[in-house]
Amino acid sequence: MRIARPVTVDEAVEALSAEPGAQLLAGGTDFCVEVNFGHRRPAAVVALRRVAELRERAVRGETVSLGAGVTYAELSGRIAEVVPALAAAARSVGSPQIRNAGTLGGNLATASPAGDTLPVLAALGAEVTLRGPAGERVLTVGELVTGVKQTSMRPGELITKIEVRRVRGAQQFLKVGTRNAMVIAIASAAVVLDRDRRELRCALGSVAPVPLRVARAEEMMSEAIDWERVEAPPGAAARFAELAAEASAPIGDHRASARYRRQAVRVICERAVNRCLRDAA
Amino acid sequence: MPPDSTSVPWPVAEGYQLSVDGRTRTVEGAWVGESLLYVLRERLGLPGAKNACEQGECGSCSVLLDGVVVCACCVLGADAAGAEVTTVEGLTATGSAKDIQEALVAGGGVQCGFCTPGFLAAITDLLARSPEADELEVREALSGNLCRCTGYGRILEAVSAVQAERRGAGVPGGLRAPGDEDGPR
Repeated sequence: MRIARPVTVDEAVEALSAEPGAQLLAGGTDFCVEVNFGHRRPAAVVALRRVAELRERAVRGETVSLGAGVTYAELSGRIAEVVPALAAAARSVGSPQIRNAGTLGGNLATASPAGDTLPVLAALGAEVTLRGPAGERVLTVGELVTGVKQTSMRPGELITKIEVRRVRGAQQFLKVGTRNAMVIAIASAAVVLDRDRRELRCALGSVAPVPLRVARAEEMMSEAIDWERVEAPPGAAARFAELAAEASAPIGDHRASARYRRQAVRVICERAVNRCLRDAA
Repeated sequence: MPPDSTSVPWPVAEGYQLSVDGRTRTVEGAWVGESLLYVLRERLGLPGAKNACEQGECGSCSVLLDGVVVCACCVLGADAAGAEVTTVEGLTATGSAKDIQEALVAGGGVQCGFCTPGFLAAITDLLARSPEADELEVREALSGNLCRCTGYGRILEAVSAVQAERRGAGVPGGLRAPGDEDGPR
């Protein structure tokens, strides 16, 4: 195994091109575990820690721009004010040690169904920029994450930044697990109440191979909400939660049964919508 | 691919340097896949950080990397080159964690002791960042460190005792200056 330590994105792309099949290394919280357990032994690693461009984070006008190497711990302060659901998801990851190391780009590239920031980025309509030998391209989370730990990243590409628009309204991230810390989500939900577009968007985590937008539930709720007063008729949130639970496609495993996961979706979706309505009112 | 066949350097196979507790240490003959934890313990003779879960779950390998607490098992040793690594050996050699050690011992926060180095690193990080952390913040800050002996109550009490002691002693950097809402760091 060899390691390259580029300091610019161009150098990182060059290093990837020079060693096809090289593993990208960001915070290491997924990759190092696989190496420790002997599950992975790539011929080469391209370590991204020193690439300053990937560490940049900024709020510019109505857009939050986050370098792929921004850690979960860094998704706080000003950024938390603009995209509170993303900050909430980041704060729910692992432990302080993990949040100091793990990165937003790593969460996306690992593409675990339980990746905590993924449903939030999907519900916010985030744009993910990738750079490779052929230049840049921009994908939605739905276009990037194609399956369990599968992405549409091409050989030689890396994620450089994630951009999310400030949304006027409210947003929530809720997650179910056995305790508050160190939990891999049994189910999670991100709900974004977008007053300008008059739509409610919702994505679920850990209940499908990819972060799951629940279109029917979104449409039903977007129509039910009185957007002038930001209110919904009695029972609408429960109906929304039912549709979201129906759309979910959970598996049963050692963490939870499929039935439990679906019930968890029902509970957190109703709660998240009600909290959004409360916060936006 | 031999090292000279590309413009991109692959410098590590021949050894690399780590800055550990203020000293430059050379790591020779190491496999690039070795974790920082393995390198510290097995190559540099620093066994303070403990090896338990190897998956970032237990916090017993906690060290400070450029001043923030991380799990050494989740960092590649070769990727720590250029960063400042502070181990529990470093914290105790400089005496900067002496009051934390004493409070843990005096308050029964140490039983078998296996988790203690990791707690020292995490508590050091917390109190540097937020000297006046309230109990919830302390619990959150220590949520990545497992202890199977104490039940945590005595560890939390020890943190509280250190905070009280530092407050009383006016430890430089240990208290927020009046009006400084963000505190040091």
